[in-house]
Amino acid sequence: MEQASLSIDAVHAGYGDFQALFGVSLRVDPGEAVGVVGPNGAGKTTLLRVISGLIRPRSGNVRFAGQDLAKVPAHTLPALGIAHVPENRRLFPHLTVEENLRVGAFTAAARPHFEARRDHVYTLFPRMKERRHQLAGTMSGGEQQMCAIGRALMSGPKILLLDEPSAGLAPLVVQQVFDLVRRIRQEGLTVLIVEQNVAQVLRVVDRAYVLETGRVAAEGASAALAADPVIRRSYLGGH
Amino acid sequence: MTAPLTAGLLLVALAAVPLLGPPDYLMHVLITVLLTALAGTGWAMMGRYGLVSFGHGAFLGIAAYTMALLWNEAGLTPWLGIPIGMGVAVLAGMLLAYPAFKLRVVGHYFALVTLAAGEIVRILIVAMREHTGGSLGLTPAKPPPGAGWLAMQFDKTGFWYIALIAWALGLVCWFLLDRSMSSRALAAISEDEDAAASIGIRVTSEKMKVTVISVALAALAGALTAQYRQYLNPESLAGLGISLQIVFGAIAGGMYAPIGPTIGAAITIGLEEGLRIFFGTELTGAAPLVYGLLLVMFMLFMPRGIAGLFERRAQRRATPAPAATE
Repeated sequence: MEQASLSIDAVHAGYGDFQALFGVSLRVDPGEAVGVVGPNGAGKTTLLRVISGLIRPRSGNVRFAGQDLAKVPAHTLPALGIAHVPENRRLFPHLTVEENLRVGAFTAAARPHFEARRDHVYTLFPRMKERRHQLAGTMSGGEQQMCAIGRALMSGPKILLLDEPSAGLAPLVVQQVFDLVRRIRQEGLTVLIVEQNVAQVLRVVDRAYVLETGRVAAEGASAALAADPVIRRSYLGGH
Repeated sequence: MTAPLTAGLLLVALAAVPLLGPPDYLMHVLITVLLTALAGTGWAMMGRYGLVSFGHGAFLGIAAYTMALLWNEAGLTPWLGIPIGMGVAVLAGMLLAYPAFKLRVVGHYFALVTLAAGEIVRILIVAMREHTGGSLGLTPAKPPPGAGWLAMQFDKTGFWYIALIAWALGLVCWFLLDRSMSSRALAAISEDEDAAASIGIRVTSEKMKVTVISVALAALAGALTAQYRQYLNPESLAGLGISLQIVFGAIAGGMYAPIGPTIGAAITIGLEEGLRIFFGTELTGAAPLVYGLLLVMFMLFMPRGIAGLFERRAQRRATPAPAATE
């Protein structure tokens, strides 16, 4: 089962003089859905950027399927089976939905599977099929989020990294996006979600880590965290 | 009608032009249009992906001077001198582009870097005056009798065919790139480099690929222009003036359609010649003034160029009405 597990071990990372992560460790096993929650500025996005190779850790290890991610360039990650849906979607707004999906299958390994995977994405998100000739930038936020997830699925990943999928979306649309995430993970895909919307994410993931000012403040099964009085008071608005 | 068939018919028609016995002046204008179109096509292959170079004139100059100096000083035929000159220009382009791409110099900053590089080449040509003749220019040596073919010195008909083949080669490169996955990767890169890298696109190497093709085509245009004119000078083959002429032509014609830069070359050169003849020596400066004003109008009101007009009409026919938005 070493195949698709992601492990982060005592990672310190930051930008210039600013340190964002102080010895963060976490683990995502194959088939698992794991959440990383916490307030703004806790280091959640930095953590994903470290995993996807956009910044290098100052110390510590990031390994996926036995490979040291600190040593490979960012563009090789899709070939390793890691797909990153960045914060704010980062679609190509002037390409159509279908063209966005096509570039999602850019790697040599993914190209032969383009049509099959596109059709699969269209069954998952029928809305994308209706809009396939529309410019991605002209769709609603929720549709763009679905398109971004679809684009990530085109590389045939083993693990999907989602950065703030609910950001900037209406509550009803957030619900739809998380329903989709639930369906994707039922297909056996490993998922790591970074989110501020703690209540929603705890309903989708198996386990979660709470990140506060660059350190893991709590971790555990979703149900346990959701029942924890401290977490409830800080994040869920409960008592 | 399919594109390759249209292109084939057009090529046959153009190949027949010298048979009509056109006046020398017309042939001269047409050859100049083709060679300018080739440079513009090369430029637009980068330009349409947001890699706006204001220094492509430098590559015309590097290839042209390399070729001419090899002929004058080493007796090497331009048939070999041109590919060597193109190689040197591509090397220079790569040396400039690689650090720019690695350091993520994009947009306006990339334009400024290339602008400076173009000027450097012009200044170098002037400074190496013992070899290049400096600002006065350089004339390729006359070949020994009967060796005109070796020196690539032909009459206008001969050059018409050379220019036509070179121009067609540029369009073939355009179509091949357009059909490759690189074209989609470059479109993605031009919109968002980070997102492109995150889905496995090798940003720097894709940009380098298109730079090499673009520079090679511009270099070919430069060497052939010099060989056609049998005269090289730094102003017309390097530096800002010629670089901007390439940019204007490609933008006015439309850099998103394969035929756009060619339309642009026909317009800019036709306009230049037309205004020059119309104003004659009556009103010195009027011709460039009107030319400049018209170019400004093009930039402001037709950012996709003349080819953009046809494109929109064709697109409206090709795609069904967009789905209703809520």
